[in-house]
Amino acid sequence: MTSVLFDAPGPKAKARNLLGGIITLVVVLAIVAFIIIRFADTGQFTAAKWKIFTFPLVQGTIVEATGATLSAFAVAAVFSVLFGAILAVGKLSDRRWVSVPCFWIVELFRAVPLLILMMMIYYGLPTFGIALPPYAAVVGGLVLYNGSVLAEAFRAGIESLPKGQKEAGMAIGLRKSQVMNLILFPQAFRAMLPLVLAQMVVILKDTALGFIVTYNEILFQAKYFGSQGQYGSPIIPAAMVAAALYVGMCLILSGIAKLVEIRLRKGGKGKVIEANPAPGSALEGEAGA
Amino acid sequence: MSTLLDNLDLFTEGFKNTIILFFFSAIFAVIIGMIVGAMRVSPIPAARAVGTVYVNLVRNTPLTLILFFFALGYPKLGLPQISFMVAAIVGLSLYTATYIAETIRSGINTVPVGQAEAARAIGLDFGQTLSLVVLPQALRAVIPPLFSVLIALLKNTTVAAGFSVMEAGAIRANLSERGEPAMTGLLWVALGFILLVALLSLLQRYFETKWKVAR
Repeated sequence: MTSVLFDAPGPKAKARNLLGGIITLVVVLAIVAFIIIRFADTGQFTAAKWKIFTFPLVQGTIVEATGATLSAFAVAAVFSVLFGAILAVGKLSDRRWVSVPCFWIVELFRAVPLLILMMMIYYGLPTFGIALPPYAAVVGGLVLYNGSVLAEAFRAGIESLPKGQKEAGMAIGLRKSQVMNLILFPQAFRAMLPLVLAQMVVILKDTALGFIVTYNEILFQAKYFGSQGQYGSPIIPAAMVAAALYVGMCLILSGIAKLVEIRLRKGGKGKVIEANPAPGSALEGEAGA
Repeated sequence: MSTLLDNLDLFTEGFKNTIILFFFSAIFAVIIGMIVGAMRVSPIPAARAVGTVYVNLVRNTPLTLILFFFALGYPKLGLPQISFMVAAIVGLSLYTATYIAETIRSGINTVPVGQAEAARAIGLDFGQTLSLVVLPQALRAVIPPLFSVLIALLKNTTVAAGFSVMEAGAIRANLSERGEPAMTGLLWVALGFILLVALLSLLQRYFETKWKVAR
């Protein structure tokens, strides 16, 4: 599509584009150089600031924190998909006493910020005598929020299927629940797989919110190590370590999502909905935290 | 109810700061997002590459980490000191800009090819094609996804509460100091957000009908 917006460059345009390219590169390199020089000037690359990360105990703690992040992510991912599937099927139910509550649950949990949900579980529930660990708050918040987002995706996926699928199911004598579980949902899930995987990246990113409700994840440890005075308060090196871990994990997950999308599209069985759908469709993804 | 009325000062202060955060971050995010979106479709390969790297990198970074850097890391760099509020606005803008850029880029795809072709046929260059012909039409198509991004931004402002900004997400901590029940306070905060999100949805519907293009 890019070529639609401009003509194939002639000699003059080529020279102009080259100049534009050089200017872009110079500006970007200047910004990057400025940041690196600032880092170097304030001693962020000195051995003293990184010393704390050479201790096996510290490294072990960081590995543990990464494990804590991944475990919250994995549990939240599985339950989000389950919760989303239940809500989606509930929303499409013919019984109003099922579909109306499901509709409002989805709307409610999508409108409340995820962090507020986590705070409600962690700080709010003890008011009623239910004290839960931060882990439960992180996973619970993620499941409620992302389950609601996924419910919308699944519902749209089920509604996008050809009507004949449902009718054929009915015609061979399946019950409504069988039509949903055996015919509609598996197809919708497949069509929605890229979107579901994109949402997984959002879940992984949002585990970082656990930092604010004192969950022992990567950022929480980074802040702890970053404020150790006797090692020169290496908060920026700690942030770099956390960034490398988080961005690395998210990029891997995004890569997997992209691969699956390409494979599904090549397979050509049924339709596959893009992870970044066109604006105006009901399926635009949510920009998570 | 008494939790809300007795601590009205906290709630008004919190939501006032939330709205300030949202307002300024939204403006900067839209400006940066438009520039990055334009870079991603520009004829200059270097600009396209820079835009792609920026979008893919930031979209795969947790917002909490970005705010962590600006609130806790930045003061160590010996640069002019900024308040936590400004740090949060910078972080939120840079983060949200990537989503706006992607929204605008996909909006450009919805403009019929003939429009850009006609613009080129009458001799407009890339900048003119984009700013005079394609973007004005694309902006109308991106109103719904643009508002979803803005609603997400509004909800994301709560993350700033974790970095010393006294906004709606921080109301709970202040209420606890006054010995108020946490759940009641949080429910009022949640209600406040539901109202603000509803307001944005109404605004979205208004612009959608006002700027509808017949195709």
